[in-house]
Order: sequence, then C-alpha cells, then structure tokens
Amino acid sequence: MKHNPNMPSPPPRDWTVLTMMLLLAVLVVASFASLPLKWRDFFTMEAVNGTVELLQGFAPPDLSSGFVTKTAWATVETMAMSALGTLLAVVAGLAFSLPASGRFGGVARGAMRSMLNVLRSIPELVWASILLIAAGLGPFGGTLALAAHTAGVLGRLFADSLENAAPLPEQSLRANGASATSAFLYATLPQTLPQMLSYTLYRWENNIRAAAILGVVGAGGLGQMLKYHLSLFQMQQAATVIIAMLLLVALVDAISFAMRRALTR
Amino acid sequence: MTAALKANRHPDPAWRGRLIACAVAVIVLWPTMVVSEFKPWILFDWQSLASTGRFLSDFLTPAHGAEFLAMLLRETWQTVAIATAGLTLALLGAIPATLLVNEQLSISALGTGRMRPLARLLRQTVRWLLVLLRSVPELVWALLFVRIIGLGPTAGVLAIALTYCGMLGKVYAEILESSDAHASDTLLANGSGRLAALLYGALPEAASELMSYTVYRWECAIRGSVVMGFVGAGGLGQRMDESMKMLAGSEVASMLLVFVALVALADLFSKVVRRRLG
Repeated sequence: MKHNPNMPSPPPRDWTVLTMMLLLAVLVVASFASLPLKWRDFFTMEAVNGTVELLQGFAPPDLSSGFVTKTAWATVETMAMSALGTLLAVVAGLAFSLPASGRFGGVARGAMRSMLNVLRSIPELVWASILLIAAGLGPFGGTLALAAHTAGVLGRLFADSLENAAPLPEQSLRANGASATSAFLYATLPQTLPQMLSYTLYRWENNIRAAAILGVVGAGGLGQMLKYHLSLFQMQQAATVIIAMLLLVALVDAISFAMRRALTR
Repeated sequence: MTAALKANRHPDPAWRGRLIACAVAVIVLWPTMVVSEFKPWILFDWQSLASTGRFLSDFLTPAHGAEFLAMLLRETWQTVAIATAGLTLALLGAIPATLLVNEQLSISALGTGRMRPLARLLRQTVRWLLVLLRSVPELVWALLFVRIIGLGPTAGVLAIALTYCGMLGKVYAEILESSDAHASDTLLANGSGRLAALLYGALPEAASELMSYTVYRWECAIRGSVVMGFVGAGGLGQRMDESMKMLAGSEVASMLLVFVALVALADLFSKVVRRRLG
C-alpha cells in the first residue's frame, strides 16, 4: 500500500524489541525440539483408552463415612501445618528482619539479605524433601519446610517495611532517653505492625495451598494421602482427596476475597 | 493522686488484654501442635543427628565431576525447556479463551450494556473451565499425567500448560477489561470485527502489561517445573529427588546452587525484558 501523505508516518521500528522477539521464538523452538516429548504415545488409541479408563476409575469418589473422616483429619492436619509453619516463620522473620533492615550495620544487612534470598528462592517442596532427612516422614518436616521458605519471604518483607517506617518517632524517643529496645517496641514496631499482619495473612493463605500438596514428598497432610492412594491405583480414594483439596482452596479463596472486600470498603 | 487509685494501677495498663490473648493463643496452639506432630526434639535424636551430620558434611563439597556437571547442564536446560514449552502450549489455550471471555468485545452489549443470554452462558462456561484448570495445583496435574504417560518431561509440560492456561486466560481477560474501552467500542460500533477491535483497539494499550505478566509467569513456570520433577516429571527436580533419596549430599548441594542461580537468572532476565517492553 502506498503511503498516504495526509497521514502521519508510521512509528519507527524498535530493533531491540524485534531481536528480543526473535530470541524468544528461538527459545520456544529449541525447547520443543530438545524435549523428548511423547505426543505419539499420548495420542495413540491405546493411550486414549488408558486415559479414559483412568478417568472412569475416579468416578464415583469414595464417600464412605470412614474415608471421609480420614480425609477430614488430613485436611485438619494440613491447616495445622500451615498455621504453625506461618507462626514459626513470623517469629523467625521478625528476628531476621532486624539485621536485614540495617539495624546492626551494613555488613550484617547484606549478609542477612542474601541468606533470606536463599531461604526464599528454594521452594517449600524442595525444603520439605531436604528437611525430611532430619525430621523424618510426617507433618513435622512439612511444617518446618513451610517455615523455612516463608521465613525468607516474610523476613524480606518485614525488613522492607521496617526500613520504610518513619524514623522520627523512634529518634525522638531515643533523644528523650528511652532505651533502644523500648524505642523500637513503642515507636517503630506499632507503625509497621498492621502491614506485617497483612503480609502474614497473605502468606498464610499461600501456605494453606502449599501445605495441601507438600505431602507428595512424604510431609503429611492431604498431599501424602493423594500420593499414597495414587501409587496404589486407588483412584476413587484419590478422587475424594482431590475434591477435598479443591474445596479447601476454594474456601480459602472465598474467605480471603470476602475479607479483602470487607477491609477495602 | 489518691492512694486507692494508685493501688489499682498496674504498670502495664493493657495487662488484662495481653493475658487473655496469651491464654487464647496457647489454647489454640496446643491442638495445632499435636495435630501437626510438632516434636522438635526429634531433630536432636542421636540417629537423626548422625544422618543429618553425614548429609551436611557431604553438602559442604558440592559434586563437580565433569560427567556430573554435563548431566546437570542437560537437566537444567530441560527444566527451562519444560517451562518454555508448557507456557507456549498454555498460550495456545489462553489466547482463544481470552477472546471468548473478554466482555469488551461483546457486540450485543454495545450501547445496551446487556449481553445476549447465549453469549453470557458461553462466557460463564469458559470462565468456570478456566477456574477449574487453575484451581487444581500443577503438582496434582503432574502426578496424574505421570500416571497416564509415565515418567518424563511430557507430564511436566502438560501440567504447566493446563494450570497456566487457566491463570493466563483469567488475568489476560482482566487486564484487557480494565483497559480503556473507548477505542474498541468505537471500532465495534462502526462495524469492525471482534479480532480487529482487539488488535487495534484494546491490545496497543494493554500490550506491555500483558507481556510483563507473561514473562513473570514464565519465571514462575521455571520454579514450578523444578518442583514437578519431584513427582517424576523430568528436569532438575527429578535428579534432585533421586540424589536426595540416596542421601548424596554433595550432589544435592551443587543442584541447589544451580537451582538458586537459575532462579536468580530468570528473575534478572524477566526484569530486563519487562523494562524493555514496559
């Protein structure tokens, strides 16, 4: 099409963006090319029949009262793991956030921040499988794993909010002769407490979701049940556990949505 | 100040509230600790201390044989490839779903603000489908696919594709709907097709946000693909799980180092891309 002289000329092309797009395309093609994907197996008649058979095995979910009670206990265990893990993480995160907010000098701040980064960048599930060596199978290892990962996240967030708090109240208490501890406890901590509480609730919500699946490496809760029944090919029981997981997540979502709505209105 | 008043005064005016809060905390905490089998002394049990000690002392010298490093490199690439391929497949599902769900592209809602019942039903159905896809955790999808097609990266790719299809579809629709509807409305009202209205009306405004969300999700997918390896979906996670089961601390140590570096690198990359495109 010829360029119309009455119209503004098109914007110049940004070559860096085009190159980036090209690189992304190369990455995608290379990924598909290098993975030993078994699409053929997946779409053969045999595999399709196998899938259908597997899915039919799920229905109907096992709703006998004995099993439902067992699942309910696993749900309670999941909730307990998430609550206790979050609580431990809050305590550890608070302790870590003091050096990480630069209260004990720049060196301590840098060292603590990089430690928090490491704690944070290892996912809960990896923590769980490491900690199982020390804590043994069961919910205790899972609780510690949640605590380790969440302490990294919360420590960083707490440190940031401590750094962002207005320094003047604490300074004036110090200038009037209060000790460092009480100046912190009565000036800076109350300022940041609401924000810390909201971070904690948000992480707890995440941890409930994480605790539900943490068990697949053997760390208790619903995940452990799911893994157990799936590996024994007891599909109806597995279906019940999956339904319990979905209900738990939906419930948590609904409560947090309602709370957020109530708080922001 | 009278003596009676003075006697009533406690040094901490809020002591009653604090005491009650402490009591409630203990009452709630106790059953929680019992249910989650919170027994810290297990950690200091002689047997567990010995195995932890062996694992940790191994941990201090990360494995670095040439063969091992080559394997590590291969598995790391596989992890990235699983995330990328899964996200690409997820986009193939999420983009059409966004087109269907997006209310700004509804022609019947133009002007009247009311949608035809059939169109509303279709949008709601797709929305529920997306909710279902993303509310089953990716790890559970991976477990199921490993059951169906066996160990290997295919299960991981499919699990990421399904979960992220649900997430991306929802968030894309939200981003597009929160952008200014004026341009696309005008296009639609003047008779342009839905696709043209999306491409020329809604997309230019929302493009950078959509892009940066996608890159952020790619970063999450890399983390997810490592985690899914633990149930046998290939990549770094599967090797880590195997080394962990053999209590090979040195191998686990180098894998963790590579993993932390990989996550940091993905984080950096996504930051650079987002700044370029944002």
